[in-house]
Amino acid sequence: MRVRIDPERCQGHGRCYDLAPELFGDDDEGYGQVLGDGAVPPALAGKARLAASNCPERAIDLPGDG
Amino acid sequence: MPGDERFARDLRGERDERPLGTRSEIVTGPVSDWATDFSHLEPEWATGFYSILAGLRERCPIARTERFGGGWLPTRYEDVAAIAYDTERFSSRSIIMSNFRPPRQIAPAGGSPPISSDPPFHHDARRLLLPAFTKTAASRQEPATRALCHSLIDAFGDRGVVDAASEYAQHIPMRVIARMLGFPPGDGPRFRQFVEATLEGINLPPEERIERMTALFDYLLAQVRDHLDRPRDDLTSYLISAELHGRKLAPEHVTGTMALLLIAGIDTTWSAIGASLWHLARTPSDLERLLADPGLLPTAVEELLRAYAPVTMARLVKEDMHWRGVDMRADDWILLSFPSANRDPSVFDRADEVVIDRQVNRHVAFGLGIHRCLGSHLARMELRVALEVWLERIGSFTLADPSAVTWSAGQIRGPRALPLRIG
Ligand code: HEM
Ligand code: SF4
Repeated sequence: MRVRIDPERCQGHGRCYDLAPELFGDDDEGYGQVLGDGAVPPALAGKARLAASNCPERAIDLPGDG
Repeated sequence: MPGDERFARDLRGERDERPLGTRSEIVTGPVSDWATDFSHLEPEWATGFYSILAGLRERCPIARTERFGGGWLPTRYEDVAAIAYDTERFSSRSIIMSNFRPPRQIAPAGGSPPISSDPPFHHDARRLLLPAFTKTAASRQEPATRALCHSLIDAFGDRGVVDAASEYAQHIPMRVIARMLGFPPGDGPRFRQFVEATLEGINLPPEERIERMTALFDYLLAQVRDHLDRPRDDLTSYLISAELHGRKLAPEHVTGTMALLLIAGIDTTWSAIGASLWHLARTPSDLERLLADPGLLPTAVEELLRAYAPVTMARLVKEDMHWRGVDMRADDWILLSFPSANRDPSVFDRADEVVIDRQVNRHVAFGLGIHRCLGSHLARMELRVALEVWLERIGSFTLADPSAVTWSAGQIRGPRALPLRIG
């Protein structure tokens, strides 16, 4: 599984970096950033789904997640 | 930068020279039918809030009123989201639904950038402020916020009943934003009057509203001049020296944004803290769970924000159009109900219940799209710290007198009197 943020949709609500700081961070203006290459280790799959399902803008998608 | 010419003159004169807006007839009195005659300023709006919205969502999802010169109230998540995203057809030129429509010429900046701004101006005006309102910037206010919460509780002494709205919740956002703007901490009571001037008193005669707004801008100008004499590391000095497109900000941009930052965070956060304490006071099972497991608090805070979202915004329709089954006219108001969207059962399971460990929660208490609340990271910090300190210090508490609790009408909903028994 991978995580991806659509920068056109992200408005910097920060739910992703609150809920899954292992996978997301913020930039100087508070927009969400995927950390590293976006690959999600199996142990963090639940957190990736939690972040995606709490983003008000539906800006996070999880390619490769059934 | 003494002698900054932008602030040498009295801005009041300049405001008088601006083109006039349009005023509509002030209509007050009981609402006859929520689907055709709604008003957010009548007391029944405050007392029947969620049942009014739920009723409309089922029978007439986009309600109408002829008051305020005409307006619409969409109640479904889908419609609220579509309008928040559609800045082409819905303008933020005024975000307070009243009997006054500012002139079209003030778009796209509007009177208090960026909340009153439309694209393309909005983007850069907002961008100036974003770095000061990130999660990291908000966390720098946390120690002072925590100390303030403790001092407010210390001041309760050994009384068994306190008003959590006026003695606790209200002071927290006021003091935090005063610090950030670099205003005297003791000016809190004046801020309260400014908030009343802008967000309440909407159906007062125009002269009275203008007088109150003038007092606000006179105050802000005095703060600007004080910062010109003694520049400091705060938001006021930052705005005075900030540049947009290679030029210093227009003086009314500086004071308009200062007004916004001062007003936007006070009643909103006050309401969120108050509503959360109200819920816990009357729901012992949730209170006990949080006392036993403080780690659940961040999740609970999001659910309390969903269920008791305090902020409703407004928009103005740009051109006549047929929109999702209704005929909208140019300059009709839209009352943009984030609280109603948050309780739409087609988006949220058990929408009318507070589920403090809700896992999937795409609530829109802080709005959607380009105007996402600039202060959301700050507000979340204040709300979490206010509840953490309260739970740690007070432990169990209950409503002292449920009938004495009062809720505000208007666009910011929260408890304004909240007597709690604290031991
Ligand atoms: C729980 C507390 C709060 C809630 C529920 C809340 C809610 C909102 C909402 C719904 C909007 C969207 C406006 C729109 O779509 O027209 C907004 C915008 C805004 N809020 Fe907040 N707010 C809160 C606290 C704060 C605080 C503490 C500040 C700090 C100064 C603040 C500053 C702003 C600003 C500047 C905007 C305009 C952003 C823009 O237009 O780009 N808010 N807020
Ligand atoms: S939760 Fe969504 S909108 Fe918020 S920062 Fe993350 S991706 Fe962006």
